[in-house]
Amino acid sequence: MPGFVLWLQNVDLVSLASATLVAATPLVLAALGGVMSERSGVVNIALEGIMLTSAFAGFAIAFVAHNLALGMLAAIVSGMLIAALHAVLSIEFLVDQIVSGMVINILAVGVTGVFYRTLLQQGVRGPGTLPIWRVPVLSSIPVIGPIVFQNALVTYSMLVLVVIVHLVLFNTVWGLRTRACGEHPLAAETAGVNVKLVRYVNVIASGALGGLGGAYFSIQQIGQFLPNMTGGRGFIALAAMIFGKWTPLGAFGASLLFAGADALGARLQYLGVRVPIQFLGMLPYVLTIVVVAGAMGRAIAPAAVGRPYRKS
Amino acid sequence: MDLTVRWGEVHALLGENGAGKTTLMNVVYGLTRPDQGEMGFDGRPVQVSGPIDAIRLGIGMVHQHFMLIPPLTVAENVVLGHETAQHGVMDVPQARRDVAELARRHGLEVDAGARVADLSVGIQQRVEILKALYRGARLLVLDEPTAVLTPPEAERLFEVVHQLTDAGCAVIFITHKLAEVMAVADRITVMRRGRVVATTSPAESSPPELARLMVGRPVLLRVEKGAAHPGDPVLRMDGLTVEDDRHHVAVDGVSLEVRSGEIVGVAGVEGNGQDQLIEAILGLRHARGGRILLGSRDITRDTTRRVLMEGVGHIPADRHSMGVIADLDVADNLILSDYDRPPFARGILRQLAAVLEHGKRVIQAFDIRAESPEQPLGSLSGGNQQKVVVARELDSDPKVLVASQPTRGVDVGSIEFIHRQLVRRRDEGMAVLLVSSELDEILSLSDRVAVMYRGRLVAVLEGDQIESERIGLLMAGAA
Amino acid sequence: MSTAARRALTGRLLLPLASVLLGLAAGAVAVVLAGANPIDAYSALFQGAFTTRNAFTETLLATIPYVFLGLSVAIGFRAGLFNIGGQGQLLLGGIFAAFIGYRVTGLPAIVHTPLALLAGMLGGFLWGAIPGILKARLGAHEVITTIMLNYVAAGLLDFLVNRGPMADPHRAIPQTPAMLPSAALPIIVPGSRLHFGLFLALLAVPVVWFLVERTTIGFRIRAVGLNWTAARASGISVAWTMVTVMGISGALAGLAGAVEVLGVSGVLTPSLASGLAFDAIAVALLAGSNPFAILPSALLFGALKSGASFMQLQTQVSTDLISVVQAAVIVFVAAPLLVRWIFRLRAAPAAPVSITEGGLGQTPPREGVA
Repeated sequence: MPGFVLWLQNVDLVSLASATLVAATPLVLAALGGVMSERSGVVNIALEGIMLTSAFAGFAIAFVAHNLALGMLAAIVSGMLIAALHAVLSIEFLVDQIVSGMVINILAVGVTGVFYRTLLQQGVRGPGTLPIWRVPVLSSIPVIGPIVFQNALVTYSMLVLVVIVHLVLFNTVWGLRTRACGEHPLAAETAGVNVKLVRYVNVIASGALGGLGGAYFSIQQIGQFLPNMTGGRGFIALAAMIFGKWTPLGAFGASLLFAGADALGARLQYLGVRVPIQFLGMLPYVLTIVVVAGAMGRAIAPAAVGRPYRKS
Repeated sequence: MDLTVRWGEVHALLGENGAGKTTLMNVVYGLTRPDQGEMGFDGRPVQVSGPIDAIRLGIGMVHQHFMLIPPLTVAENVVLGHETAQHGVMDVPQARRDVAELARRHGLEVDAGARVADLSVGIQQRVEILKALYRGARLLVLDEPTAVLTPPEAERLFEVVHQLTDAGCAVIFITHKLAEVMAVADRITVMRRGRVVATTSPAESSPPELARLMVGRPVLLRVEKGAAHPGDPVLRMDGLTVEDDRHHVAVDGVSLEVRSGEIVGVAGVEGNGQDQLIEAILGLRHARGGRILLGSRDITRDTTRRVLMEGVGHIPADRHSMGVIADLDVADNLILSDYDRPPFARGILRQLAAVLEHGKRVIQAFDIRAESPEQPLGSLSGGNQQKVVVARELDSDPKVLVASQPTRGVDVGSIEFIHRQLVRRRDEGMAVLLVSSELDEILSLSDRVAVMYRGRLVAVLEGDQIESERIGLLMAGAA
Repeated sequence: MSTAARRALTGRLLLPLASVLLGLAAGAVAVVLAGANPIDAYSALFQGAFTTRNAFTETLLATIPYVFLGLSVAIGFRAGLFNIGGQGQLLLGGIFAAFIGYRVTGLPAIVHTPLALLAGMLGGFLWGAIPGILKARLGAHEVITTIMLNYVAAGLLDFLVNRGPMADPHRAIPQTPAMLPSAALPIIVPGSRLHFGLFLALLAVPVVWFLVERTTIGFRIRAVGLNWTAARASGISVAWTMVTVMGISGALAGLAGAVEVLGVSGVLTPSLASGLAFDAIAVALLAGSNPFAILPSALLFGALKSGASFMQLQTQVSTDLISVVQAAVIVFVAAPLLVRWIFRLRAAPAAPVSITEGGLGQTPPREGVA
């Protein structure tokens, strides 16, 4: 007990919150991608693979062009291309959506491995990482300032995108049609909506979001590409999406929770809490299981998600 | 295949299940492509390659299974696909106002801001009609619209239909119900097996004549049935209360008993708790209150397996999802609940020879049109698939048979067969609980009739009390 | 064989065959993009897999875990469940087997080895049953829970053998003490690494076939996989069936882990059978729903794996190429329409694998089921 109190006094809550927000970045982005895709009716478990390939592509382009911004762009584009593959397989060729997603994940590990070893020598350093930008005035607000307004570009984009995706989904024509396609594609079709097109665009958009999430790893955080650097975050993001009941704000909150658990675990290590580090590392994964098992509420997905839509 | 519809008329498209009526209308609306032929609209030839084209021409369709999106509001559902927006951003309050105005103009009362999932079926249908009108439909196709309505709601619908035709619209009314056709249509086109066999009008025809045209031979509209000789109660429900998936009360304190040697029919429009009642009996749904007794045994908390073993047979309303496993062969489907008991299994080892033998015997006994017991069940026709379900349940000689919509989607020949089987078993002492939304079927088979409305048993009628008008009113909650 | 049966058989063979060819073609494209010659790469691959006695035994050795893992995934598919947790279940199997293998002394080989193997199966069974229960009782989607448990298992293994309770105190590298000779699987081809596990793998196939096609347990599995609503209405306990299938599936994967520890490495390390379980998804998909087809499918992937290191040595093409080929094969197997389109095949495609129902949200827990 005394150890815990001592720990509480020692831990820097602001730094913990800041680390949480940053660590949540890829989770939120991938979860937003998941939301867009699933709301239109397509399960996208390829987000892990999309993030990994985008991390690689982003780094590769950033290295070759000596330009981080171009790297970010490359990550987004690569995410869109891979998502397009998933879309074609599952929408056009009626491949089971989970199988298609897993295929991409397997492919991602393989392809990044092949190109990583063959084209780039190991340990090569790229053009650094994204700089931290301080927002004038706002970053001086006590507590909130350093946490929110002192971040790198990908994290800022993430914050903006949460709001954008929310507005799109619930206040635009596109969002309405998307939700219709995810709940009852036949009804949407008879109302004159092009279901296939809506699904394609939403899946590709989810790829763009996932791609940006991949950029977080290699361009914002570490400055180079390491094999399997995404470490299952793509799957955790899906749990965040489910926990957030397929809404952007919910996904944001849930991701914060998962990232917080991760950051907390890291700090507990530092403070010599006598739990083996491997168990602390398991925290986000166990939390995911608990969430998905519905210990915190029933999660009903968009009604038609996962079922391929066949026009007769 | 020829069909002509005029402005300002109500044109009924009459035919049995599978006659091709819905398919034809799907072509009109662009959901299906025709292999041959042409379509003309307002005097000009047209090509309809999708609902968008149809809508542009002024054709609207209200499907039998609603094309509404439950979690969205009425306004959202109505404007979907034709939204008013500024640069893609929707004006939600304006949409609501527009929809409310449209509803008022056509006399269709509806709350534009309500979630469709919270509305009754009759109101949902109005939303469907509004959808079509919002898009400027002047030709409205209604596919089996009264299947989900109570008789008074159906009357209201007919009024709306006449309002529309008085205003110059044309309405095509797809149905298989003769009484409706006689009541509402100006002209009638009868279809059978994909062909138009006659075009007539109520004045020039009659129900028996129409029935004959639909089927191609004189049809027995009622099954031959002697008086019942009921014995002891076999199945009893005492104050049974059951919730649906959303934790609303679906079955509200129902008490009913079914005696051996009698058929008790439960009449009611679908969705008034019948499904949940049956699921509770079968152990597929938890009962919140009350008791279910089979003879002297309390089966309220029994598992499905137990209930089946104790002698309850079940013909489910939806055979595709609950009754059969299409990818398994016929023989396996015939022993779906007995697969792990002798003679079909010894311990964990299946005795396939015994399964096959059994299959052959039952196919013969019930005249199921199948080449072999080893063919996949999905390769049989709908009527024969249902026969497999009926055969399976009857063959196990249950004390009580719970039959829900037993002849839905079944050809007339099989309907007659199944009805005759039910009556025969009744005469041999079986108790039958028959749930059907087809009033004709209830009237034709039942010895006693119970009516379910909003989860309650509003009446139990016998003998002279059983007549269609009274039951119709009870089904609607009146009287 | 009648012409109809013959046509059906060729139809069923044609698709996997075409998928493999297309997969290899895709791999060739990747090789070219990486700057090497695909002909050299593939011939080195073939050489490395088959041409010498040593190569051939190595190929068979690599096939063994693929058989168990392929059966594991395949049996899950029959019940409509996608068990991606093979890696975790395999690790648990390895952990349990290793524990018995080095800790329990004084037993004759004829008792010790089977005991260790059974322990491995138990470990895998438990790790598979957990997501099975979560799915059956709470509707938690097994794709996410099994993947998460993979990470948890890896963490657990690392904890145990990396200066943990199961670590060998005399070694600096993280591993358990060596398995006792009484627990080891004997080598069946002298001079090679090929062990008794091969016979176990060959035995497992007909056993699984029999279980699925001829027992009441198998009937339940197939019924639930084809139509769980109808199965439930007939009195079958869907929850029990799901837990059982995930357990059996896990046990098979656990057996794979146990066999690797007892037959190949002789110790348990954190990198046990790394990556094999994902490959096995391809093995299972290629084999369709026929357990006997797992054998040639596992052999193919075993050959790819054992030939790959030789290929890397000879041509500098990374062993990750295998993943590309695998993924491509899965794509084509799971997309019969795509293959038909490419080859203008007229043969009726095998039913595409269909497991996704209701996405990743919860399927409502079955009410009133024991």
